[in-house]
This record gives sequence, C-alpha cells and structure tokens, in this order.
Amino acid sequence: MSDIKKIKDEYLNKLENDLNIESVNQIKTQLFGKNGQISNFFKTLGSLPTDERKKFASDLNSIKNELQDKIDSKLQEIETKEINSKLENEKVDVTLPEREFSRGKIHPVSQVIDEISSIFSEIGFSVEEGPDIENEHYNFTALNTPDNHPARDMHDTFYLDNNKELLLRTHTSPVQVRTMLNGKPPFKIIAPGRTYRSDSDQTHSPMFHQVEGLHIDKDINMGNLKGCLNYFIKSFFEVDKIKMRFRPSHFPFTEPSAEVDIGYEIKDGKIVIGEGDKWLEILGCGMVHPNVLKNVKVNPDKYQGYAFGIGIDRLGMLKYGINDLRAFFETDYRWLNHFGFDPLDVPSNYRGLSR
Amino acid sequence: MKFTIGWLKEHLDTQKKDNELIEKLTDIGLEVESFENQSSGLDSFKVAKIINAEQHPNADRLRICDVDIGLDNTVKVVCGAPNAKKDLLTIYAGPGSIIPKNNMKLSVSKIRGVTSYGMLCSESELNLSNESEGITELRTSKYSDKIGKNFFKSNTEKVVDLSITPNRPDCLGVRGIARDLAAAGAGKLKKISLKNIKKNESQKIKVSITKDKNQGCTIFGSCLIEGVTNKESPQWLKEKIISLGQKPISAIVDITNYVMLDLNRPLHAYDADKIDKEIIVRNSKMGETFEALDTKEYKLGDDMCVISDKSGVLGLGGIIGGARSGTEINTKNILLESAYFTPRSIRKTSKLLNIDTDAKFRFERGIDTQSIKLGLSKAAELISEICGGKVSNFDIQQTDKHEKNKIKFNISLFEKITGFKVNDSEIIKILTDLGFEVSKKNLELDLKIPTWRPDITQPIDIVEEIVRIKGYENIETLQPEKTKIKDTLNAQQKLFHFLQRSVASKGYFETITWSFTDSKINKIFKENLKEIKIVNPISSDLDVLRNSIFTNLTFYLKKNLDRGFKDISLFEIGPIFKGSQPGEQLTVIGAIKSGKISRLNWNEKDRIVDVFDVKKDVIQTLVEAGYDRQSFFVRDKSPSYYHPGKSGSVYLDKDEIDPVAYFGEIHPNILKKLDIKTEGLVGFEIYMDYLRENKIKLKDLKTNFEYSDYQKSERDFAFVVDKNVKAQDLIEIISSIDKSLIRTIKIFDIYEGENIPEGKKSIAINVTIQSSEKTLEESDLEKINKLIISTVETKSGAKIRS
Repeated sequence: MSDIKKIKDEYLNKLENDLNIESVNQIKTQLFGKNGQISNFFKTLGSLPTDERKKFASDLNSIKNELQDKIDSKLQEIETKEINSKLENEKVDVTLPEREFSRGKIHPVSQVIDEISSIFSEIGFSVEEGPDIENEHYNFTALNTPDNHPARDMHDTFYLDNNKELLLRTHTSPVQVRTMLNGKPPFKIIAPGRTYRSDSDQTHSPMFHQVEGLHIDKDINMGNLKGCLNYFIKSFFEVDKIKMRFRPSHFPFTEPSAEVDIGYEIKDGKIVIGEGDKWLEILGCGMVHPNVLKNVKVNPDKYQGYAFGIGIDRLGMLKYGINDLRAFFETDYRWLNHFGFDPLDVPSNYRGLSR
Repeated sequence: MKFTIGWLKEHLDTQKKDNELIEKLTDIGLEVESFENQSSGLDSFKVAKIINAEQHPNADRLRICDVDIGLDNTVKVVCGAPNAKKDLLTIYAGPGSIIPKNNMKLSVSKIRGVTSYGMLCSESELNLSNESEGITELRTSKYSDKIGKNFFKSNTEKVVDLSITPNRPDCLGVRGIARDLAAAGAGKLKKISLKNIKKNESQKIKVSITKDKNQGCTIFGSCLIEGVTNKESPQWLKEKIISLGQKPISAIVDITNYVMLDLNRPLHAYDADKIDKEIIVRNSKMGETFEALDTKEYKLGDDMCVISDKSGVLGLGGIIGGARSGTEINTKNILLESAYFTPRSIRKTSKLLNIDTDAKFRFERGIDTQSIKLGLSKAAELISEICGGKVSNFDIQQTDKHEKNKIKFNISLFEKITGFKVNDSEIIKILTDLGFEVSKKNLELDLKIPTWRPDITQPIDIVEEIVRIKGYENIETLQPEKTKIKDTLNAQQKLFHFLQRSVASKGYFETITWSFTDSKINKIFKENLKEIKIVNPISSDLDVLRNSIFTNLTFYLKKNLDRGFKDISLFEIGPIFKGSQPGEQLTVIGAIKSGKISRLNWNEKDRIVDVFDVKKDVIQTLVEAGYDRQSFFVRDKSPSYYHPGKSGSVYLDKDEIDPVAYFGEIHPNILKKLDIKTEGLVGFEIYMDYLRENKIKLKDLKTNFEYSDYQKSERDFAFVVDKNVKAQDLIEIISSIDKSLIRTIKIFDIYEGENIPEGKKSIAINVTIQSSEKTLEESDLEKINKLIISTVETKSGAKIRS
C-alpha cells in the first residue's frame, strides 16, 4: 500500500513541473504502459489473498484515476498554452480596410415613384401604364382638346410624323383614356411615367415624369378630390400638417379645374414644406370633363370623378432638396451617388416611406 | 394680360385695397403672375420739409437737418448743400432708394460721426435737370400739402400681370377682369359711359362679305373718320400704353390698342385713301401674296379669310394688317374695322402661315360678337377727341345672327359635383353678375350665356362658374376611402420594381436618360431596328428615339470617365423603341461596367472587368427574380455591338425563341468610335417583355419542401475535349444521365497547354451524387461513375484523362 502511495506522490509531484507534451506522455507510459508501474501492480492483484485483494484493488483504482486525471488536465493545460501562444503570433491589423464592396443606387425619380405608389396603394389605387408614343387622339382629342383648341399650344409637342398624328405623350393623361376604354367603372388608378415637351432650360427639361390620378365612381365629388390630395401631400412630405390652397384654373379635360399650391418657407436657405406664407404650385386637377367620359364610353350622367396630374421630378426636388431639374437626367456619377437611394430602402407602409 | 389697378378702377367701383384685389383675382381663377412696379423704386422719393438745420459739429460744410417726411417723427439727414435751410420743401430719398443718376443704393450711414437716414436730392441726382448746385427746391404753393407723398406720381402705379387660361378670352380686357371681380363681391362694375358723337356722314366705302364656303368672317363693322390729324398720343394714353410695357406709336394706333386692351375688342385702322374703291371680305386663293405690317411677304393658300379691295389683299382678317393700307402720321382719313372672325379659321390660317399676333391670340380664343359697335364707338370717340375729324355712321355687315346660347341648368348638379350647397338665390346672383340672363323654373335655371363667354357650352361649365366665384375654400376635405378595386401592381410591374432593385443591389447606379438620343450613336446600337426620327427635335444631337439603352449609357459613361472616374457601373431601366406606333416599345434594363475590380486593394489582386462579371449579374438577377437556373440556356450569339468572342445570350429555356438577356464585352471598335478610354467595358441587357410570368407562386414553391438525409458522395472527372465543345453541353449530358442521383455539377478547372493535345482542352468536373431513397453503396457509385464517363465520351467525343 505504502508503495503505491509513494509512486502516486512522486508522479503527482513530477506533473507539477513545467512539462511539454512529450514528457507528459513519457510519464503516462511509465505509469500505464505495458510495463508501467501502475500496470504492474494490477498484474499482482491475482496473487493476493482474497481479503486483501479487494481493498488493494480499490486503492489502486483510485490512485490510477487520480493520476490519470492529473495527466489529462496537464495535457489540456499545455494544449491551451500552445494555442494561446500560436494565436498571439497570428494577430492581424484589423484596422486595415475590409474587402471591397460595391453599393448600387436607385435614382431619386424611381424612389419617388415607389413612394407615390405606396401612398396611393394605401387608399386603394392601382398602377396603370401606357406607351410613351401616343397618337394625337389619345393625347389630345379624346381629352377634350380638339385640333383647333388653343390649349394645344401650351404643350410644346414632339412629333414623329409630319401630319402630327404620332407624338411623344405630353402628359400621362392618355393613360386615363386607355384605362377607361379598356375597362368598366369604377376606376381608381395612378399612372406614373415619362412625359415629353420640347422645352429646355433651367426649370424645364424635354423629358420629365408625371403621375396621373383618376378616380371615377358614382358619387365622387370635389370633396373627395381635396381629401385625396391632402392625404397624399401630407404622406409624401411626411408632415402632420400641410397648408394647401386650391385655386380655380383651366384644363380642357377637367371641369371644374384647379391648381394646388402648398405653403412653404425658406429656413436657412432651405425650403421647408407645409408652413410659411409663400405658395408653391405643385399640381393640377379637377373633375373629369363629361366630354372626356363620353369619349371613353362612360356615361357622365351615371359616373363622375376626379383626375390629377403631378410632376414627379418636382416633388422629388422639393422633398430631397434638389435644385436643378436638368441634373436628374445628366448621369453625373457624383450626383447619382449623393441623391440616389440604397436599393434596400424600399418605400412601404409598414417601414415608412423613407428613413 | 397686364393692367394697372388704376385702369381696373375705371371699370370697377371698389373700396378694396390692392392686395385684397390681388388675392381675389387668384381666388377666382385669374392667376396673378406678378404685381410690381414697372419702373423700379421711384416711389421711395418723397416730398419733404426741412424743419430745422444745424451746423454739423465736425464739418464746416455739412448740416444736420431734421426732415419731415410725413411720418410721426422727423428723420435726421446730414446734408452738404448750401441751400439746405429751415422750412425748405425738397425731395427726400430714404435708405434703400436707388439714386437714378448713378444707380447708388442708399443706406443708413455715419457721416463724420453723425448718423444720416437717407439723403436730400438735387435735381441732377434725380435726372430732372442738370442743376447740381444744392438740393431741389420745391414751390411751396404746389407742394406744401404734399409732404410725405411720392414725388414721382405717374410711375408709381403697380402693374398686375395675369396668366389668363385659354378658356377666358373675356379677361383679356380690363373690363372682363373688373366684371369677374364684381361678381366675386370685390366691388361694383361701372357702366360704360359713351359720349354721343355726331355721326352725320354715311360710310362711303362699300363693304361686303362673300358667301365663300367656310367664310371666316361673320360680322364686319366699319366707320369712316375723315379729316383727322394723326399725332403723338396725349400723356395719359402714352402712360397707359407704357405701363403695360408697350411702345406708343401714334394716336390712332395707340387708341385701337387701348380699346383692345380695355374691352378685348380688337380693331384695325386703315388709311382710307389707300383702299381701292371697296372692301371685300373673302377667301384667299392659292398663291396670292401680300406684305403685312411686320414687313414680311406672305404667300397665301386657299380659303384664308382676307380683307381685300379692288387691287388685292389688304390684310389677313383678325390676324395682321397689310403694309399697303396702314395708317401713318400724315394719314388724313381712316376706316376703322371692328369685326368678328371665327376661332377655327383664325387658328387654321395662323398655323399655316406661322403668324402670332395679339389680335390672332384674341380672335382664336373667341371675341364677344356683340362688341362690334361698342368698339367702334369707343375708338371713334377717342379719335375725334384727340385727332379731330368727322365720324361717319357705322356700317355693319353680318352673315350670322350670333344669338345667345342657352343652357338649362339643374341646380342639384352643383352639389353633386362640388359636394357642398349654395342657396339658389346666391347662385342666381353670381350668374347674373357674370352677365348671364337667368330665369328660374322649379329646380332648373334657364340661362342665356353672355356673348363674351364662348367657353360656356354645358351645365358643367355653370358649376365651375359658381364654385370659382363662391370660392374653392368652401369645398370640404373628405377622408379618402381605402377600398381597393384591384391589386396595386400587376405581375409585370412587380417584376419591373424587383429587377430594378435587384440590379442596383449588385453595385450599379441607376440613371435615367432621355428616351431620345443622337442618331449617330444610335446607328451603332440599332441593329436591324427602324430609326425613328423626331420631326422637331430639341437639338440635332437628340434627333431620334433610342433603339437601345446603350446609346445614352455609353454617352454618359464617357462623360464620367472624362470626369476622372474609372470603375463605373451604371444601369437604366426604361423604354427602347421598335417603331413609331403607340406600343411599339420594349422595356429593357441596360447596364454597363467599366474599369477594374479591386483596384488598389491591399489584399486582393485587381483585374479588369470581364464577361463573367456581367454574366454573373444577369444570371443572379434572373434567379433572384424567380427563374430556374437549371433550365437556362446560353448561346454565343449576341448583337454586333458586343465582342463576338466574349458575349452571349440567355434563354429561360432551350426551346425559347427570344433571348431574355444579352451580356458580354462591348465591341472594341465601338470604344474607338465613341472615344471611350477605359481598361475594359462590359455590359448586359435584360428584355423584360420576354420574361414570361412565373406561373409557380412562392406559396406553391414553399409548400413543396423535399430533401434527402442520405449520404452524399463527390466524384471528380477530367475530360479532354475539342476546344469548341461547350461546358454547358457537358453539364447537360451529365445531368441528364440520372436526374434522381446527380445533384450538382461543378466545373472547377479549364486547362489548355502542356500535356493536352493541340486543339483540345481539359475540363475538370465535380459531381455530387445522392439518392433520396438510400445510402449508396460503393458498387452503385462505381456504376454511375462508369456511366458518366461512357456517356460523356460517346456524346461529346471526350476522353477521360487518366
């Protein structure tokens, strides 16, 4: 008994020293190898008298376990030490730049179209589209603007033939005509898209974007029009209050017609929408003219409703503080990078229109 | 339309302040563009009186004057004039004034330690005379009760500029504006007072209107005034003309212009002695010519309405007069014309001849058919007053009665359209004030339309009249209803928005460029599409509709390269055009990428962009949009603007006719032609219209979740094949061997060169094999292994590399 206790103490002592893996393994062999000291004691068990054997076996086992545990923990300790010292040598400068990533951008006009669609979707409008090339009938005549109407002069039209039959649409209103001709009332649509007028200076560009709105049902009146636009403008500019003014105006395809101004002020050189004593014209609207309804085979005695047209680029300029309309279409990489939106910023009702 | 408030008040009896009138105009649909002084800032010069003048403590020659400028307190002005003394009446200019002589702007300033608020002016400083010795001395008798009043009177009136919509010709005259304001409660419309001038003579020049088809003239009124002395207009008339920014010419011309601006009644004055015998209003004949007042010679077509005499055309009725019969300063006898021309004829003729005049603008919109006599009377009165002369009787030739139009108006329509109610009596008052003759029958109004309102033809027009006069602010704001008739976006629109953001998320900047482009650039990209010319382009380098998005993208890429950018990724999603009919367009995504990947990066080696960059972007975008990569088929055909060896087209399926996308390097010749300097340029196009709608919805896809837990095995193969054998074909051969076992096929190496025969290449392929029924045994794997090798060898002529 005292022999094995001696061995135990001796080896436990040895294992306290600063050892490497090889020397621990060596100790392991000396104890538990084929001719290891502990192994040899186990071999002697059979020759002991029965009464002693039991006790000795039990002592031997507990010593064996104790040594085994010590060896395991020693090995563990050494391994940890080795890993730690290895990691110490592997340290990199994490302040070096990350791998290159590229980030794309969504054009502000596209973003604004998505914002507009999201807002109108909330109040039940769906999106319709129409061709960029129109014939004179859809762009003018069907919209109560016959050939001899002076209002045609207000649109500087691009023509594609000498008979002035084919043209680039001057507004998105022909989508109204196409939608109503192809369906049955009620209609509740918006139609965003490219529009064209041969006009080019700081505030006009030969191509720009409009969104047309149309709501036709049995009892849609000017109060609904006001409510719809009030809701839209407030949502779009993300303000609680908006100063809005409806002014009588004239468009051949609506009657009564109105232009809508919103209040604004200049604060620190920036335009602030909603308050203030200045007025800014932002859209034209009105009740769809009975002649237009007749032209698209909708009975004006049964159905009525409103239409509106808003300049999309202009809205974007106001909301995001863009000064120059022409810059929208000049593809300056710096401009696109600055005014563009992250593609993951999809305007939606539940996440909000914009960050 | 320009006018002054003073002029307006000749027709409108009102107590309203200027700004109230201005606001009212906007409220009733007469949009005020501007309201400002025609002359700049002359109303800041006031009549003033020096109350006290003291010596300046620090300067011998200066005095400190206490000046009464009509306010509660006097102001202190430091003045160097020797004549600045107590009780002198003079002219004071406050801070902010601009001195006419030198355009200096005054500000409050310290002069030798004493603050001076403005200055006292000399006549020379005000350009009144050359007198610069001392300040202006005003006569006490004339100015003592005018202290604080503006010194310059005639120029102080502000000019209103209205933007009149095309439906309101009546408001192209000051009187029409006054009438609208009166109806809106801003005052009372004054009666027109006409002096009774003696008209003893008969109108000696015979006038006739021919019965031509589509005769553009239906009334021709005239009056002969003999023995006039044409001269410069009197001051009041000149000032009126000048205040609107026009130039006075001579009394007779100014008077006709004045009547036109006042009553929207265009007139024309002929030199009666230059008329050959008689006036014939007729249709022109092809080839007739005449010289107009604008000194241009016009060649007429058939059926244009002309005023002529025995010798030929005198003028284009309602558009422009002729040089031959124009009045001059020595004109003795004049014939005044006051006529009605139909808008249709005016518009047709002026468009054909491309003439735009004030008269044309007015007749085109519709002139009051009952203003013929009023116009003649008013002008004759003024002419005889200013130029003398004997006025003849009026001769009125008329081929159409022009009776007043009638409308039956159901009062309930108003509330139905506007959503609010107005009393019947108020409705009747508004309409009466606007000039309607109204009689009420139960719930209906019988209306006779005033002849100056050609725009009013149906009940809805009446609704507009009432609501605009009553005020749009009375319309209620109703909460929008949320009921939806159909989905916000259809499948194609959803796809559009998805693809747009999908491409952007791969690092491309979205741009929007014109739908038109330079035909020279377009030729490079148009392939076999038709060139679509714009008849009236904004400039010669934007003369065609684009046949490809690459036209503008490459143009702007070059601009950005020239700005010093190198690694540029741009895309646009929008229309390209196939023909000039509505609908002959396709929606295309075009994207380009230039320069290098990982330029100047510390841990990755840079490389020039290549065909596989854009192929990845195309394929990934399509896969993200829900199309199955396994069925894609790529061919090496592509439009000629791509590098023939480094480009391709993508089909959703092997059997599809139209490719949904092209990708590749841009042809080097094009870079040369467009002078684009970059290390590499690649691009892709996705044709949205050829992307069929995905029939399998996400909800169906998701419910069908199948997977295998049995062990996978991987096997590598290296085949030596002819150089022109396509990887896609090998993959297809392998994948069709056993679709239930072969899960993925990856090409991990392509090798040509040493150990590989000339004209051959080695393709290394990794195949993953897994069953969804059992764990495969070595023998199963061996079997499929052999099958792969033998099938590839027979079908492609490949040899397995040992």
